[in-house]
Amino acid sequence: MAVNIPATPAVSRATPPAASGIRRHQWASMLWAAVRTQRGAIGLALTCVVGLVAVVGPLLIPHSPDALVTTEFARPSGSFPLGSDFLGRDLLSRVLDGGWLLLVMAIAATVIGVAGGAMAGMSAAYLRGHTDGIIMRTVDVILSFPQLVFALLLLALLGPKLWLIVLAVGISHAPQVARVVRSATLDISERDYVKVAELQGMRPARIMAKEVLPNLIAPLMVEAGLRLTYSIVIIAGLAFLGFGQPPPAANWGTMINENRIGLSLNPWAVIIPAVLIALLTIGTNTFTDAIARVAIGVERRPEEAALISDLGTGVAE
Amino acid sequence: MTVTTAPVQPAPTASRGDAHPIARLVRRRTAFGVLTLFLVSVIVFVATEILPGNAAYAVLGRNSNPARLHALEIQLHLNRPAVDQYWTWLSGLFTGSLGHSLSNGESVWSLIAPRLVDSAVLVLVTGLIGSVIGVALGAAAALRKDGWFDHVSSVIALAVTSLPDFVVAIGLIILLSTVVWQVLPAVSLLPPGTYPWNSPELLILPVATLVIVIVPYIMRMMRAAMIESLESDYVEMARLKGVPEWRIVLVHALPNAIAPTIQVIGLNFLYLAGGIVIVEYVFNFPGIGQELVYAVNGRDIPVIQFVVVVLAAFYVFANILADVVALAATPRRRIPR
Repeated sequence: MAVNIPATPAVSRATPPAASGIRRHQWASMLWAAVRTQRGAIGLALTCVVGLVAVVGPLLIPHSPDALVTTEFARPSGSFPLGSDFLGRDLLSRVLDGGWLLLVMAIAATVIGVAGGAMAGMSAAYLRGHTDGIIMRTVDVILSFPQLVFALLLLALLGPKLWLIVLAVGISHAPQVARVVRSATLDISERDYVKVAELQGMRPARIMAKEVLPNLIAPLMVEAGLRLTYSIVIIAGLAFLGFGQPPPAANWGTMINENRIGLSLNPWAVIIPAVLIALLTIGTNTFTDAIARVAIGVERRPEEAALISDLGTGVAE
Repeated sequence: MTVTTAPVQPAPTASRGDAHPIARLVRRRTAFGVLTLFLVSVIVFVATEILPGNAAYAVLGRNSNPARLHALEIQLHLNRPAVDQYWTWLSGLFTGSLGHSLSNGESVWSLIAPRLVDSAVLVLVTGLIGSVIGVALGAAAALRKDGWFDHVSSVIALAVTSLPDFVVAIGLIILLSTVVWQVLPAVSLLPPGTYPWNSPELLILPVATLVIVIVPYIMRMMRAAMIESLESDYVEMARLKGVPEWRIVLVHALPNAIAPTIQVIGLNFLYLAGGIVIVEYVFNFPGIGQELVYAVNGRDIPVIQFVVVVLAAFYVFANILADVVALAATPRRRIPR
């Protein structure tokens, strides 16, 4: 699911910038620290297993995924280990072929969302004034569409094209990222090293790239993980609703929908793609949780800590 | 930390003698909300207008020929100036004259109105059940922090928050209405002219799906807030005074943990605005979400415009409501300074 609880105005809690040699590879050491936690290891393992099925799968297909090879909803048998789908196509072949595009699209949408959101958020916070106002109003407007509805609106207008799905999901992520990055940048741009750079006459674009961005790595990594999970959820959901590759292409989301009329005949045609999608999102989300714990350094999820301090319940920070 | 607009500002101290802070917040947020909605309506409208070869072309697609295109343009009022069209449409939003569905010619309002009721019932029932379960589970986990229930529930919560809602729905269908047991209907197709309260058993699976999806968020927030407040000075003080434990939990800790949780409950109502689309589609539940999917498939522009604006309006105002209620539930923020 995709409740977008905005996360982390938590740069103040982030690991303090250490010596430059370490900071240069901060993202790598953070990833490594996350992998060494129990959650991180489990999350990464799940992601890798499903990722492997999706990426290597197309090379191992026993039958053509589009060929009608047996009866409809055939039970698993020797030559068709998972049985067949609603048209009598080999299910194993379709499962192996149906994941890679979902992965590619989700990653592309995440890149668009995180990059666009980071640029918008940084510019808003660093340039302030009218730029800030315009960017944040745009953010509010995009945020008042539920993400799935936003994507559906664009698809309805421009037609169900794959690049449009990627773009729509990416754009609908950007405002969430922008808010997180903006509040982090507001904090960073008060720091001495930014003031020094300003006094040296560095241009704003350069300051943002050289001084601000490196300090946003922790929140950006957490955001990227969250957005990747949501991208998979939304893109698979759109495919489930019938907005994906046109038939006869195999797609895990589409397969769940087209095969569910035959649940009592060959339930694997629904269960296998559903389980693969579930394991993938559980994997990415669990790994993100591990990164958040390492990078932000709180026991709670960052968005929860932020909400508590925001509303000022209980102990003041 | 909210979805649509600026974070709740700390109560400004400068405006002495001004209105009550909550009244001021309501006014400010409502003004922003109306502005946002206005922009949303412009975008929804303009998007259908400026896109390559206007809405009439989008509807007819490859089947278009100049005569049909022209006829449809007149039907959609596309031959009039844009501002004029927008004004007609906007005033139609308030008077209920929203034009006609392109797929079956029915008036948009009479098509959507009964579906709005169905969706509202779905969202409200889900929100209520989900909030109660979420708050109870979260409080229970916090009271036995690091106990077995806390660990098990936090792992399950993390897993469930990752699941797409259609996977949860399909899982429930497999478990309860097809493969494993056949105890509940797999489709929630309401007989025409009836409402969900006429056949509550049809609501069970859609509501269960959405409840499963929102409970972990509410639960985790409640747990975090409750732990925060159980570790606070005033709870410590109450313990030292010898206040009985049940009173500490119910009177001292719970009210202070509820404010940030209300915020998250609000966010989950917002989520439901999008979540109903997939769940209604899965269960064939005749709400506006299902209609939106049909309309997008059929490129039924008037229906899409209206449903999207309704969902956005719900989103914006639920958000304001969540902020205001959360503020009202935070004792130290509601005192005028």
